[in-house]
Amino acid sequence: MNKEIPASVAANVHSQAWGDRLFQWTTLFFAVFVLAVLAAILLTLAWSAWPAFEHFGWHFLVSSEWNPVTLQFGALTPMVGTLVTSLIAMLIGIPISFGIALFITEMSPSWLKRPVGTAIELLAAIPSIIYGMWGLFVFAPFFTDHIQPLMTDTFGALPLIGPMFQGLPIGISVFNAGFILAIMVIPFIAAIMRDVFEVVPRTLKESAYAMGSTRWEVVWRVVLPYTKVGVIGGIMLGLGRALGETMAVTFVIGNAHDLHLSLFMPGSTISSTLANEFTEADGKLYTSSLIALGFLLFVITVIVLSFARLLLMRLERTQGGQKA
Amino acid sequence: MKRYMRRRVVNYFNQGMSVAATLFGLFFMGWLMWTLISEGAAYLDWRVFTENTPGPGSAGGGLANAIMGTVMLTVFGVLFGAPIGILAGTYLCEYGRRSWITPLVRFINDVLLSAPSIVLGVFVYEVMVVHMGQFSGWAGAVALALIVIPVVVRTTDNMLGLVPDTMREAAVALGAPRWRVTVWIVYRSAMTGLVTGIVLATAQIVGETAPLLFTSLGNQFWNLDMNRPMPALPLVIFNFAMSPYERWQHLAWAGALLITLSVLIMNIAARAVLRSRNTD
Repeated sequence: MNKEIPASVAANVHSQAWGDRLFQWTTLFFAVFVLAVLAAILLTLAWSAWPAFEHFGWHFLVSSEWNPVTLQFGALTPMVGTLVTSLIAMLIGIPISFGIALFITEMSPSWLKRPVGTAIELLAAIPSIIYGMWGLFVFAPFFTDHIQPLMTDTFGALPLIGPMFQGLPIGISVFNAGFILAIMVIPFIAAIMRDVFEVVPRTLKESAYAMGSTRWEVVWRVVLPYTKVGVIGGIMLGLGRALGETMAVTFVIGNAHDLHLSLFMPGSTISSTLANEFTEADGKLYTSSLIALGFLLFVITVIVLSFARLLLMRLERTQGGQKA
Repeated sequence: MKRYMRRRVVNYFNQGMSVAATLFGLFFMGWLMWTLISEGAAYLDWRVFTENTPGPGSAGGGLANAIMGTVMLTVFGVLFGAPIGILAGTYLCEYGRRSWITPLVRFINDVLLSAPSIVLGVFVYEVMVVHMGQFSGWAGAVALALIVIPVVVRTTDNMLGLVPDTMREAAVALGAPRWRVTVWIVYRSAMTGLVTGIVLATAQIVGETAPLLFTSLGNQFWNLDMNRPMPALPLVIFNFAMSPYERWQHLAWAGALLITLSVLIMNIAARAVLRSRNTD
């Protein structure tokens, strides 16, 4: 058989097989490249952060001192700031996102679904720095004049949490940063909640309605338990965003390296510290300490985001199983 | 009956809260847009596009160098990132369907998709700026490319997945080698989807600030040399917004409006294309 194929055709087939292999290996190379990027970031940051970790030891994690003059650096203040702003963002963002997802999937008339959904999703497209400007120049003054006094009056006198709501009306504060983060993560969480709510089988909801459940009861007792894993995944994804968000926070948080009990005082996060100080850092230890902050942030967000993706993938798999 | 009433009240209350939550979200969307338009539109004149960023305290000046810088950084960021993303996405969908590496790459890529962009800036600073000895446009473009890659990988993977296998089989049955099938059949029929993915990635990096802070750094002058620090709109906004000079603040708002409008237009266009494809 082989001999009947003209030499030119055989050469052509051969070169095409070779081209095939080349193309396949190229695509594989870049697929592996994606893995290499993550590994390279982790290794590079760990390598550059090592002098700081070595010099300060575990004190780096528990010290709240941040003094470039005496070369004393500790990550506690920015880490607490990062966690507190993200926590505020979640406390405000989760219920609002749930409400929006509920409205779009269960309550809205069908002609309204798409415009409302698109408008909310476009909130996610607005660049972070725009949130920062708006937050500093428009939202912060409004907040300090109208909402902060209200909150101080309402919560300020309470035992235990009272001191958290007392503070000067200066506009740049940890709470403001958390609130603006909440608006920024709402579109992400709401979009995922909407997507997972939409995959609940219609028969499941219909049978609950048939038994006389109200719409709220259907959502609370049927839809939410059914989509629990995906909802948590969406929340974690929003949390990952909030932890790493930089510019919006940098504008409104005040960048002070002090720990305050009050949420209405300036603070800092890991990313705002990096944004403000990285180009000004002189000396190896200062730079290394900043990179150590970045390393901590990256490790925390990768863990949170991995968890989010695992949950969402698990949900996808069960759905796939049901369809098949 | 009392219990029935209570259930109804709870139902209506929670539905009301749901409407309120939606209005809350829409309200902030409206407030942001209103702020941008009312603060920025008045200063968005021809000088913004023809004059360079002014020195402190001067009355004139525009954003021409920053706009040019953003265009160059974005173009190079996409030029570096998009081919890598498309090839990696091609492997996931075309060659690696049964490979153990595919789910791992998908997973890591999804993590990178939401990774903090400022950390990418620190990474590129360590890898490029430190070794080259200076901040440069190239470093900024590479940092932006790292944001482009996961977006394009994901959209490519999804879009190629929409191409029916029968088309691939038909082409293979005619004797076409796999790579030709991929390039001439699969890419071609998924073309709008691929382009949409690239547009979405572009929209994402146009407004990025954090990774540019210590890679391309910014520059007060007209600069087309990618080996030198490069000005960019978001960097100018960051520096000008909090300055005490009135003209600088006005330019910051004009720049903010400009960026937001271009990002929103790109997003809406991409969504419209994707939606029309999905409903086909």
